[in-house]
Formats: sequence, structure tokens, C-alpha cells
Amino acid sequence: MKFTKILATAAVALGLATSAFAQDKTKVGFIFVGPIGDGGWTHEHNVGRLAVEAEFGDKVETTYVENVPEGADAERVMTQMALQGADLIFTTSFGYMDPTINVAKKFPDVKFEHATGYKQADNVSVYSARFYEGRAIQGHIAGKMTKSNIVGYIGSFPIPEVIRGINSAYIHAKKVNPDVEFKIVWAFTWFDPAKEADAAKVLIEQGADVILQHTDSTAPLAAAEAAGNVIGFGQASDMAEFKDGPRVSSIIDAWGPYYIDRVKAVMDGTWESKSTWDGIGAGMVGIGDITDKVPADVKAEALAMKEALADGSYHAFTGPINKQDGSAWLAEGETAEDYGDNGLAGMNFFVEGITGDIPE
Amino acid sequence: MDLSAINPALLLASLLVAATPILIAGIGELVVERAGVLNLGVEGMMITGAICGFMATILTGSPALGFLFAALGGAVLSLLFALLTQVALANQVASGLALTLFGLGLSALLGQGYVGLKPPATPKLDIPLLSDIPFFGTVLFNHDIIVYLGIALVAGVWAALKYTRVGLILRAVGENHDAAHALGYKVVRIRVMAIMFGGACAGLGGAYISLIRVPQWTEGMTAGAGWIALALVVFASWKPWRVLLGAWLFGGVTVLQLNLQAAGVSVPVEILSMSPYIITIIVLVIMSADKSRAPASLGRIFHASS
Repeated sequence: MKFTKILATAAVALGLATSAFAQDKTKVGFIFVGPIGDGGWTHEHNVGRLAVEAEFGDKVETTYVENVPEGADAERVMTQMALQGADLIFTTSFGYMDPTINVAKKFPDVKFEHATGYKQADNVSVYSARFYEGRAIQGHIAGKMTKSNIVGYIGSFPIPEVIRGINSAYIHAKKVNPDVEFKIVWAFTWFDPAKEADAAKVLIEQGADVILQHTDSTAPLAAAEAAGNVIGFGQASDMAEFKDGPRVSSIIDAWGPYYIDRVKAVMDGTWESKSTWDGIGAGMVGIGDITDKVPADVKAEALAMKEALADGSYHAFTGPINKQDGSAWLAEGETAEDYGDNGLAGMNFFVEGITGDIPE
Repeated sequence: MDLSAINPALLLASLLVAATPILIAGIGELVVERAGVLNLGVEGMMITGAICGFMATILTGSPALGFLFAALGGAVLSLLFALLTQVALANQVASGLALTLFGLGLSALLGQGYVGLKPPATPKLDIPLLSDIPFFGTVLFNHDIIVYLGIALVAGVWAALKYTRVGLILRAVGENHDAAHALGYKVVRIRVMAIMFGGACAGLGGAYISLIRVPQWTEGMTAGAGWIALALVVFASWKPWRVLLGAWLFGGVTVLQLNLQAAGVSVPVEILSMSPYIITIIVLVIMSADKSRAPASLGRIFHASS
């Protein structure tokens, strides 16, 4: 009797202590689709998390869960985080969209930030980066450098973000090399090094000498290196360890400043649901060092395009561009809208010239 | 569609490569299950083998030593499972799942300093004359030694189970551990050895991914190959040659569907993507329609007093 009473008192005291403790600190949770050591997508989100810790020090407490499958499991993990007192939760993959909305309904006081999706709510913001701007530069380099005129592209899932990347790369490759052909393989995974390596090998066997990837690991670069004479790009992260090998440039996601900004807003009580979609100009998309494998003139053109994309004088989707079926999408000089029926946010069609269908 | 872009020789050659990790891990698990133990920790042992092999190769510069350490790493980890299930008599399903979680975590920890490093290439076994034969040379005689080791393992396990005294004892333990015990066989000792063999094989299979197939270290890089190997053993009705067939089917269709996608074949990609699983299951289920069944003592806990 006495013992249980002591235990109960201790538990209450502990409970009070933790809740008092929790009020001092802003708790920020992160849900990751892969391991933080993937060298790509999740790695960069974790870099952003560490930037938050470095910025706020003792005032913030971050937690994260890795390898969370997209779907019902994600909902469970988010609920768990919210129950443990998280103030702000970043859900960092497209497939967490519906789970985020569902969990957000149950916890109106917890703020959510969903990456790369399009469903907002009072306590759910969405944020993404205009990776397609980086893809435009990749496409330009790919078109100039391919000798076989075959560019291999490893897609993950047929979602707007990935389709935008394929279209953007294709348009800019075609512009500098009318004979270029894209071979696209859908891996249906964000992270599976063995499968990504297989996909890269298959594309190389079928003649591709440039590999573009929209999956998270460095395996395709390793496959390109093993094959010799094939170039590739860092995806989501710089992947600088392949600089001496196939990697000629990269798209780097820089989430740190945004994460710091949003955590600050929660601390100040000024957090509001909003939609953020920033590109090279705002610094959310970085272009990694272009190596000497790229001829100097091509490098100069790529850097010029980067400048133009950054200051807004050039849009990666500028007409005339037709859809795959030949119908008109953008008229001469017209640039693509972000939203709406033909907008970039929901892009679900290939542009003219790409062969193959988008899986439904 | 441009099927001419697919080179059948390269396709068959990459089939062997894609099949090897699950083949080696699967044949190891087959021995474990034939001894009456269900070890669901294959994934954990594979990833541990992947990192142990990778570390040893980086440190020594020798892939051969790497594979040796991978087998050792897998076997040592499996000892933990053996301790839990054979000595402490813990539930095999729970212990196996725990082993997978533990292996994934342990490998991530061990691999901290190894992300982004490149292992020295494992030399291909370039057999003079044979590897120059058109088509067959590329398909059969131009691989690394582990591919052949995998096939040799299958043949060895098959022969051992069918023709040797050791195999007979192992099967007796798996079918009826009480009877085997009554005959004077050391059930626990035999099972521990089988578990370690399974661990070593899983470790080898994992190292094949990190040293040859990818080749680099990334956390969680086996990405479910261990579970495929496990399923393969069941669908193969615990028969060695069917594990080989299943692994080749799975590896083959995996590579084929990527090839078809790249060639722009107008079959929906979703169907292509699930085809490795579907085709492997269908073929093996049809084959298992004969009177084959699981080892009778599979998953049951043995204690000499009961």
C-alpha cells in the first residue's frame, strides 16, 4: 500500500517535472522516409534538423524517426510524436501527405509541416523546393555531354515532383541536342540501393551514358562509376565523394534556413499555415560544384542559366511547349503557372518528345 | 518499343548477379529451417554481414578477407539468436524479429565512418578461353567467384541433406526433435550449428550487395532482401534446387522488368514492378503442389526434460 503510494507520487512528480520541462523547450519532431545515412534526401533533411539545433541550442529539442514507411505506419509514428508533446512536426516525404492531414485533425494544437505535398490545413503548412530549376541545368549539361544521345532517368514514383523533373531535364536537353532520347525506369521506391544500382546498370547496358536519378541513395553513381565513361549527378545532396568519378554536378536541397525560420515562428507564436515553394533564388535549391569533366563553355552556360533562374529572368518552363499528345500547353513566351489545371504543382503529363507513359 | 536494345547475354549475366544475395541467404535459412528452427532475423544478419564485409575490405584492401569477415559477422550475430532460442528457450518468432531490428541498428552504428567510401573491386573470375566463347562466355564464365560459390552451396547442401549422415541427423532433428533426442543426438548443439551456418550464409549474401552489387555502404541497404530470402525458402518447399530456381526467377524477372521499362515496352509499369513477386510465387506454389511440407518441428521449442 505504502509502496504503491510512493510510486504514484513519484510518477505524478515525474509527470509534472517533464511537463514543466517541456514548456521551456520547443519540441520539434521529424519523420524521415529513409535512413539519415542515405547520402541524399533524408541526409539533407537531417542536416536541416541539425541546423535548427545549432541555431537554438537549449531552447529546442529535436527528435526524429527514420525509415518510416509511407502509409498507415506513418500515421502511428506521427501520433506517437504528437502524444509525446511535439510542438512542431516536419513530415518529409510526399507519401506522408494524407497521414499528416489525418493526424493534424486529431491534434489541432500541434503544428505540422509537410514536404512536397499540396494539402494544407489550419495547422498544416506545406513546403517544397523548385527542384525542377536544378533539373533544367542538369538537362542542359546532359544534352551537351551525351555521346550516345541516350539519357537514362531513374524515377521513383510517378508523382508531380518527379514528373516535373523529367520534363524540365528533357526540355533543356532537347534544346541543345535535338537527337537526345530519354529512357525512363520507374523504381517504385525512394530508397533501395540494390534496385537503384540494377536500374542504372540496365540503363547503361541499353546505351545511356548520362544517368539522372530521382531516388535517394548514391548507388546509381556507384554503378555509373563501375561502368566507366558514364556521368551522373548528385541528387538531393552534393554526393561529393563521387567528384573524382561520375558526378559532374548536383542538386542540393537546403532546408536549414526554412526549418530555422519555422521553428522561430512557433517560438514567437507567429506560426501560420502557409505554402512555401522556393527555388534557386531563395537558396532552397543549390547547384553543387560543376566539375572539370564538363567543358568550360558548357559550364559557363550552365552557370548563366543558374543566374537567370535565380533572378527570375528565365523560367524553366517557358513556351512554346506541347504536351506529349501534341496538344498545346504553353504558347510562345508563356511561362507555366504554379497552380491550376495546367499548373506545375499537379503536373501529370509528359511534354512532347518523351516516349513512354506515366504509370497511373 | 525497341527490344533490340536488350542484350540477352547481358540480361542473363545480370540475372545471376541479382539472384546471388537472396540465393546464398536463402540456402542458409533452408538449413536452419530443416533443423527445425525458424529464424526471422535473416535481414538483420544480412545487413550486419554487409557492413562487416565492407569494413574488413576497406581496412585490409582484400575482398576475400571481407567476405570471410562478413560470414563471421553474420554467424556471430546469429549466435545471439541461438542463445535466446536454444538456451533461454525464448519464442523464435519474436527473437528473430528482434534480431532483425538489432542488426539494422548495429550495422548503422558500425557503418558511421564508412559512408561514401569505395571498396576495392572484387576481381572477376576471368577463365581463359571459356569466357571468350560468344554468348555463353558472357553469361556463364564471366562472374566473380561468389556467384559460383552460391551455386556450389546449393549443390553442397542438397547432397549433404540427401546423401550424408550429417544431413540425415539434421533432418531428424528438424522433423522430430524428441525422437532425435531419444536416439542420443545433441539437438541443441546441432541446431546451434545450423543457426550459425545460416548466419554465415546471410552475412555472405549481405556482403555481396555491399561489395559487388552496389558496391558501397549505405544504411539499410539490403532493403528487404532478407525477407525475400525467407519467403523463398517457404515457397521452395524447403528444397535446395527450388531455392535456386526461385532466386533465379526472382532475380531474372527483376532485371527483365527494368530492361523492358527502359526499352519502353507498353505494359503498365505497375504490372512489371510486381511481376518478380507474382511470377516467383506462382511458379513455386504450383511446384509445391506435391506432397512436400514444412519440417514437423519447425519453430517448436525443444527442452530435454519435456
